[in-house]
Amino acid sequence: MHRYIVNRILLVFPTLLGAAALVFILMRLIPGDICLVRLGSGGTSFTASALAACHAEIGIDEPWWLQFVHFIWGMATFDFGTSMWSGKPVVQEIATRFPVSLEVAIVATIIAVLLAIPLGTISALKQNTWIDLVVRTFSIAGIATPSFWLGIMSILFVLDLTQAISGHPWMPSIDYVPLWKDPIRNLSIIMLPAITVGYRYCAVSMRMTRSAMLEVLREDYIRTARAKGLLEKIIINRHALKNALLPVVTVIGLEFAFLIGGLVVTEQVFNLNGIGRLMVLSVQNQDYTLTQALVMLVVTIAVLSNLVVDMLYAWLDPRISLK
Amino acid sequence: MTDIAPTPQAAAALTDDSYVAPRGLWATTTRFLRRQPVGTIGIVIVTIFGLCGLFADIISPYNPTANDFAAMTEAPSWVHWLGTDQLGRDILSRILYGARTAFIVGITSAVVGGFSGLVLGVGSAYFGGRIDLFLQRVNDIIMSFPLIIMALAVVSIFGTGVHNVIVAITIPLIPRCQRVVRSSALAIRTVPYVDAARALGYSHSRIIMAHMVPNVVAPFLIMLTSFVGQAILAEASLSYLGLGVQEPVPAWGLMLQGGAEEYASTAPWIAVFPGLAIMLTVFGINLFGDALRDVLDPKLRER
Amino acid sequence: MNVVVRAAVTAAVLALATNALATNALAAETPKRGGTLTYMIPSDAPPSLDGHRETTYATIHTAAPFYSVLIRINPDNPSSTTDFVCDLCTELPKPTDGGKTYTFKIRDGVKFHDGTPLTAYDVGKSWQEIIFPDEGILSPRQANFMMVDKVEAPDASTVVFRLKYPTSAFLPALADPFAWIYEKAILDKDPHWYEKNVMGSGPFKFKSYETGQSIEGVRNPDYYHSGQPYLDGFKGVFASKQATRIDALRADRAAIEFRGFPPSARDQLKGELGDKIAVQESDWNCGSVITINETKKPFDDVRVRRALTLAIDRWHGVPALSKIADVHTVGSIVFPGDPLAPTKEELQTIAGFSPDIEKSRAEAKRLLKEAGQENLSFEMLNRDVDQPYKYVGIWAVDEWSKIGVKVTQRVMPTGPWFEAERTGNFTVDLQANCHAVVNPLIDTQPYLPTSVSEQNYGRYEDPAEMDLYNKALHETDPKAQHAAMFAFAKHVMDTQAHKIMMAWWYRIVPYRAYVKGWKISPSHYINQDLAGIWLDQ
Repeated sequence: MHRYIVNRILLVFPTLLGAAALVFILMRLIPGDICLVRLGSGGTSFTASALAACHAEIGIDEPWWLQFVHFIWGMATFDFGTSMWSGKPVVQEIATRFPVSLEVAIVATIIAVLLAIPLGTISALKQNTWIDLVVRTFSIAGIATPSFWLGIMSILFVLDLTQAISGHPWMPSIDYVPLWKDPIRNLSIIMLPAITVGYRYCAVSMRMTRSAMLEVLREDYIRTARAKGLLEKIIINRHALKNALLPVVTVIGLEFAFLIGGLVVTEQVFNLNGIGRLMVLSVQNQDYTLTQALVMLVVTIAVLSNLVVDMLYAWLDPRISLK
Repeated sequence: MTDIAPTPQAAAALTDDSYVAPRGLWATTTRFLRRQPVGTIGIVIVTIFGLCGLFADIISPYNPTANDFAAMTEAPSWVHWLGTDQLGRDILSRILYGARTAFIVGITSAVVGGFSGLVLGVGSAYFGGRIDLFLQRVNDIIMSFPLIIMALAVVSIFGTGVHNVIVAITIPLIPRCQRVVRSSALAIRTVPYVDAARALGYSHSRIIMAHMVPNVVAPFLIMLTSFVGQAILAEASLSYLGLGVQEPVPAWGLMLQGGAEEYASTAPWIAVFPGLAIMLTVFGINLFGDALRDVLDPKLRER
Repeated sequence: MNVVVRAAVTAAVLALATNALATNALAAETPKRGGTLTYMIPSDAPPSLDGHRETTYATIHTAAPFYSVLIRINPDNPSSTTDFVCDLCTELPKPTDGGKTYTFKIRDGVKFHDGTPLTAYDVGKSWQEIIFPDEGILSPRQANFMMVDKVEAPDASTVVFRLKYPTSAFLPALADPFAWIYEKAILDKDPHWYEKNVMGSGPFKFKSYETGQSIEGVRNPDYYHSGQPYLDGFKGVFASKQATRIDALRADRAAIEFRGFPPSARDQLKGELGDKIAVQESDWNCGSVITINETKKPFDDVRVRRALTLAIDRWHGVPALSKIADVHTVGSIVFPGDPLAPTKEELQTIAGFSPDIEKSRAEAKRLLKEAGQENLSFEMLNRDVDQPYKYVGIWAVDEWSKIGVKVTQRVMPTGPWFEAERTGNFTVDLQANCHAVVNPLIDTQPYLPTSVSEQNYGRYEDPAEMDLYNKALHETDPKAQHAAMFAFAKHVMDTQAHKIMMAWWYRIVPYRAYVKGWKISPSHYINQDLAGIWLDQ
């Protein structure tokens, strides 16, 4: 058991190193560099001497291997450097954006879990009835709808609806405020994106709840319980749901890690200043340091949640560690 | 993806002794249609869109890329059933041709991604040892890597276009398939008859083809189906971010980008119909996938 | 002399082109004080707030209200190209020393927001940094000031610019909207300080900056232009997505966006909100132009290049495109409406500008056949920006298909796009040529042969073209200069067909009608300090 845990933890490091190498190489394979973007994105022309001055200032003339060593050493010592685009510390750039993404992810998770578990359970209990059919249709539609499209449509719907009712089109505030400063304004901003993201998330978790429930309900101990004449409510709550929840929690956990990195499109639609948008920007700006740090952040979150899930399984199911 | 991929329990269940005897193709199909009415609806939807894409040249009322400045942003009418976009292009024709693009992207990504995953997964499970350890680490890296960065990089390096979009979509599918296939294949690897076959000196390829591949076919097919839908959605998202197929190629995701958002309130048909096309197609694929799972996964089969 | 005449005519024409709506409103009303203006900045965060080192309008739209400049385009007449007025100086000087010395007197009593008095030393130091940057300091517009020999501040109220040779290009260059005046003491201590901090003497004081989200400023009570600014403060919100900005205007979350929208947005907002929306429009000093890489075969053949420009039906295409894209005017390589621009009759003699498009296309097909390129197909490089790049691109591809040329587009994000241009990794490239102040002789420099202009990615040498350009440059008689400029344009667009002019951009700014005191100009870089804006609420 201990050996399994130690081995599992040690495996995290090659993954991180590999991801670091991948992002490092990918960024440098993109033609052009940050100076071209910086000088040219306004649409006006610029001279070769300005370009040379920019190159010298940013210092991307260093050989690749040396840059890589600096990058890895920086990661190892938690020194993430400064953004090549803004010149500000990477930590500061990320810290400004992280709360927005985190909040959307958390609210989306809450919405998803609150809907998914009851609906999934009912769907399983009423398998092949019309209730099941409606719930499944709802959930398959959730997986089939492009979330950005849902986002665009929902913004418009709110605008058109408010204009039709009051004559004054309304939309949530366009600049983010933290929850503790102005909770109502904050939630009005967060709600639509959270629902848009949460729908897909909910659909995924609901399907998992349903199939896990279906499996558990066929287990012998449930049959035994039923044979003993236990109340259905007790069977569901005490026995079935409890056992079905493990895979559901796994899905929720893994999807959450995915969410943090996957908010990109939603943040674009709703103009949220989160790390998803920052990630797109930093790649487009060819800001090596910032992109590298962001990728490592997302990869670390994903790797750690995988680790936790594996540990959880090992703890709950001792057979795994015996392999 | 997690929603379709069998849970560890389900994956284990696939390897138990409830072996389904092979039936004829016709018998299997009719049985499926009879037992799975919902799945049948899915098949019908997918088939309709598939045929639209296949025969787009014949059934499209207009040339999907011809601009008509005399008919810009026209509402749906008898002349243009689904209206025109901001360049006066017929939306129905673009959706029909778009079906072709969608299926090319969806099926190519799914098949290439799926089969690469199958080969790597079975190989990884069969050979084990260092090869397995190495492949699993590569897997971990790609699975934890933000897809958007991968797509951005592919497009920035090679430019946009259908084949580059397919590359960007396919890469992340490989490890997802590989992982599921590997765990199914691992379960069979330790079964005595594989050891026996090895002891008898059968070649690697023979053992793999005869014993391991059939065992992973069920989860593989389920996954392949869902990959098609996921790839179509991924194409849409990438196009929305400007990383997908390029104008003037008719593609659903592209039709939702730029102009669609710009005209969403004054000419909603530009944004609504391509969105519905994506939704319906992926919906159909998922319905079919669910039914397929019910048929192939004995644990979930009704008793 | 001729430059002044030319510019005066330009100003008149531009004033006509500019929507009269707001102009009338300004004259009639007295400004009200108070209120906060919320406006959208159509971009993501600029790299820094240091105008001396950046080139993007995002920096201007974010930080211009904090700063003063030496001279500027008259904010009450921004569509003019020669109506320069003082901001920090007391009056525009007459050049002495045969046109080589300009002596500016600096206003008394101007203070930086930290209370430090602003003197000629600050002005001198700022300009010194722009024109003669120290080692390691980035100054991208340095080349605009090649005529300047020295900048001096002999005393606290005088700044002297000494030129190498007299030139009328100096004053327009000096009105550069990025040339903010910084505090000398700060620059001396740390030349990079202004990248991350703000300390100016402009109409608004810095309040807060949330990177990538918003910038806020408050009224500077000590501002030296009496009565201004009228606003209590402003808030600029970044939104690179156009849909967000339109929605924000619609829901009155923001009152204006200064860069410009496509016509669809104007029509939508007008349709939904009627009188609550005002609109100003102007030709934009940006042209969509296609550059041909002449080192690639068969594009070294002038017949092929001429066929490509002959195929474009501009007189029908541009008006149609103007309903959906922010392009508007058919023109040559010279800003339309400028006295140096060809008349419509002259323009129609240029290949591809003839009203008889069928004849042009027949000629195009004949040329292709003659060159043995009837089945020509190629890939056009384009930039990953909707307005108007992609629209113009789609249009061009469709037009070429009508002479049997098959074209696909390779759309690249900004960085890789520039890299492809610079390294010549393209055959045909859709570009934009944008400038702040209208000045055709300078603005057309990117069309000069590659050895003269490093921004010409066509990679060709053409001494005949240089002769024609120099003739136009040195001609002093307005009529003769017009003719010389036309000969130059015709050579570039027709005889050699180096460049395929597609359309001139069009700036459309719809905004909440309660915003007053702002006037549109042919550039989104100028007139952005918000000092004259007030809210009629």
